[in-house]
Amino acid sequence: MSIKNMTKEKNWSGQTMVSTDYLLFEAPREKHFMTGSEVLKEAMKRCTVDASVSYPITPQSEAAHLIGELWAEGYVGTYFRGENEFGVMSEVAGCAMAGARTVTTTSGPGTLRAMENFPMWSGTRIPCQLVLMARGINSPLTIQPDNLEVSFLLETGCMIWYAENVQELFDMSIAAFTVAEMPDVHVPIITAVDGFFVSHTRESVMLPADDIALFPYNPYKAPLPPIDSEMPPGRFLRDPFVMKSNYISYATHASWQWEVRSAVDRSRPYAKHFLNGLAHVTGDQDAEIVFVACGTASHQAKEANRELTKMGIKSKVVKLRTIRPFPHAELLEATKSAKYIFVPEFNIVGWLEKEVTQSLYGKSEAKVIGRPRVAGGMSMPVEAILKEVLENVEKGA
Amino acid sequence: MAVDKKRYNMRISGLGGQGVVTSAHILGSAMDNAGKFASLVPFFGSEKRMAPVEAYVRASSQPIYEVGEVVYPDIIMIYHPQVVTHGKSYTMPFYTGLKRNSLIIINTDVDILDADDTKVLKDLGTKVVQFNATELAIKIAGTELATNMAMMGMVLGITKLVSKDNIEKAVRERFLGNSFVASGGTASLDSAIEKKFKKKEELLQKNMEVINETFKLADSIDLNTDALIIKLDA
Repeated sequence: MSIKNMTKEKNWSGQTMVSTDYLLFEAPREKHFMTGSEVLKEAMKRCTVDASVSYPITPQSEAAHLIGELWAEGYVGTYFRGENEFGVMSEVAGCAMAGARTVTTTSGPGTLRAMENFPMWSGTRIPCQLVLMARGINSPLTIQPDNLEVSFLLETGCMIWYAENVQELFDMSIAAFTVAEMPDVHVPIITAVDGFFVSHTRESVMLPADDIALFPYNPYKAPLPPIDSEMPPGRFLRDPFVMKSNYISYATHASWQWEVRSAVDRSRPYAKHFLNGLAHVTGDQDAEIVFVACGTASHQAKEANRELTKMGIKSKVVKLRTIRPFPHAELLEATKSAKYIFVPEFNIVGWLEKEVTQSLYGKSEAKVIGRPRVAGGMSMPVEAILKEVLENVEKGA
Repeated sequence: MAVDKKRYNMRISGLGGQGVVTSAHILGSAMDNAGKFASLVPFFGSEKRMAPVEAYVRASSQPIYEVGEVVYPDIIMIYHPQVVTHGKSYTMPFYTGLKRNSLIIINTDVDILDADDTKVLKDLGTKVVQFNATELAIKIAGTELATNMAMMGMVLGITKLVSKDNIEKAVRERFLGNSFVASGGTASLDSAIEKKFKKKEELLQKNMEVINETFKLADSIDLNTDALIIKLDA
């Protein structure tokens, strides 16, 4: 397939352009059996993506490779490999500042190598998407799933969404562009999944046809105009305030940082619409035992909920779909009935437990228990969750 | 060993190059074709021949939420005796976490379980099915590469999770791709592709013959025996 001129109805690869609502909620879907990496290719195929930059690192290499195939097939405008992850994220910024809808993927050590770029992304208000396939952080060296790296990204000013499974990765990564590109939001978005548990797990997934795709990104609605030969990057990049060394530099920096966080907050109503809520609740509404989790941990918690139901014990699972913005109101509402809040996590530090505790401080009587917690690529068998619940609830009774 | 369970958690251990992940994929697709639920997770370290490879398949008549390594399996499949004899698995011993009254299928015609293993497995009420899947693959398909089909055929033959039609569709999808239409377009395929297709169609045929044979073998098994090890002649 070759790149064609875009018309009013068709994009450059000949796909009919449709609204995000149609693509996500109305278009008929068919069942497929796919891995997370494969489904990301399918999602990007339907997003009229202008640019993608890649660099190999397990477990996201396959996804990056498959987006490259999309370029070869004529669905992605440009695609190239960066020098390393720092280069990749800088090049993503360049593409996005020039007005391109841009996507990249990375994992664990790659994320950390690129770190300086993420707050730079949000500061320049580019709506690019990073699909993060979480992997452990060295050392010791590991390639296995562990989401410690997400804690490093929490205060970068980027939105962070967390997909539970292959299906959610598909839907989220499409919605991600739409929400990130809203003129009153316009900040980068990190769509996270757990590496291997989602990237390499094959399961059934419902997909709309591939002859439809999103309308292209319109950079002329951006809060900062796209760069071209006459328009330099934002003045703060070319002539940094620090050069002025006066009170204005402090005030501008502070207000700009504040505005980035406000922009993330303004994404709430859009995310609520396209994700069907910032949090998703399953199980018994009035349960005293509540699991609060994101990603794979919420998958495991749902399995525990099913086993507890068999034992005659009520529980519910609150899955957080967005981490930035953090769904404070949704969490508070969903944990009203809670006496025990378990936060199962795939990392050693319990960053989500800290988020939950902080969010509910002074508002909830429930005891927050940051367990079970596994790391380094360990699985979290449902048996481990049940043990934790039964021990704690017995003690408390 | 109850075979009508709603949910099976399978741990498949083999060596790089044996098609552990491929057969897990086919197994999952076959469940999907049967309108049931499955998810599979591959697990490996260095990607090379003879290095340990595992795949975890969850198969159920209900939706599956749990992902990741199967820590407490109710079926273990061992594709190569070295998994047991050389410890080429991600858990030691290879049956760590095995649930009570479960099933182990080993590709061997030599007894490789030592006295300690035997005692533990007997106490757990395990049934161990032993047969030389590689020999069967060579005999019927003319290649040891069909060992994975023999192993998969055996577990599906015993558990009756899906029909042979479901399996054939899954094997076809895996080797010929979803988009292939056996009738219309064939004439216009150029000779190179035609030749390749002929080989692939043969491959499919041979794989199905191997699976049919293991289904027959599986039918001869009586899981109600008191013996720990059930030996089958391939």
